[in-house]
Amino acid sequence: MQLTLEFGGGLELLCDSIKIHKVNINFPNESDILTVKDLLSWVRTNLIKERPEMFMKGDTVRPGVLVLVNDCDWELSGQLDTTLEDKDVVVFISTLHGG
Amino acid sequence: MDDIVKMIGLKNNCTFCGVFRRQALDRGAALLKVDKLVTGHNADDIAETVLLNILRGDIARLSRCTSITTGEDGPIPRCKPFKYTYEKEIVMYAYFKKLDYFSTECIYSPNAYRGFVREFIKDLERLRPRAILDIIKSGEDFRIATTTKMPEQGTCERCGYISSQKWCKACVLLEGLNRGLPKMGIGRPRGVNGDHKKDTKKPGPAVKSIESKQCGSLDFQNFGN
Repeated sequence: MQLTLEFGGGLELLCDSIKIHKVNINFPNESDILTVKDLLSWVRTNLIKERPEMFMKGDTVRPGVLVLVNDCDWELSGQLDTTLEDKDVVVFISTLHGG
Repeated sequence: MDDIVKMIGLKNNCTFCGVFRRQALDRGAALLKVDKLVTGHNADDIAETVLLNILRGDIARLSRCTSITTGEDGPIPRCKPFKYTYEKEIVMYAYFKKLDYFSTECIYSPNAYRGFVREFIKDLERLRPRAILDIIKSGEDFRIATTTKMPEQGTCERCGYISSQKWCKACVLLEGLNRGLPKMGIGRPRGVNGDHKKDTKKPGPAVKSIESKQCGSLDFQNFGN
């Protein structure tokens, strides 16, 4: 499925300073659902070019990174279990900055 | 700041930066003859500061750091209107309103003590988001034991600004930098000439405990990291 991924708040530095990525992702094996959890591991493998610990911690995003699915906070749609559909927009914003 | 770090190394950077930046803010505000100085500290910052001061035993700062307004009896009071606003809310607001902002992290901050506290608070927030406001509430309700000695406010002999010591922190740090004594003003005061000899002597038991203390642990003047 086609997805648009955006990185903000400094996270774009981890993916070659590109803020917007239009990607095509396949469903995981033997499944017809793509969850944000699946998306995260795909992003870590394919888009994050350096310092993955700034983006993820374990199976989920590093605490302090906001995830918006179609402009809606993922905490309202089930966090890692949020299902994604074709043409969805997922935004990752880091809130960690300053001194 | 780059020049300062070349001289002092990668520790205690926050002390120099924080003190000089706040001095610059104060001087600038005085030049512009403003009534109040308002900063953008948010809930996450205040919670981090409360925990940081507990971890360092900085009682003087602990008693002041949750006040929403400080220095009301001074020339220019300061205020933190976003004291109860979560950083997450602010970032979401900026995103939806398409506001442009700097999101760069200080390049010297990976070594900062505050980073550990920030990590901890972010983990707490994930489990129980109210934790941040609750930490601030605890900080507001702290009462210092009457037997604890607190610093008294006076003026700096060198520049005349407010200070709890003979010289304000900015003057001490500046003097240290100009004299090539980068450790001056860092750690517990050891008398007039002691500091630059500290590293060459074999540490005795008293010195060991002082050397292990983090910056700003016992000096008071500045307004927190």
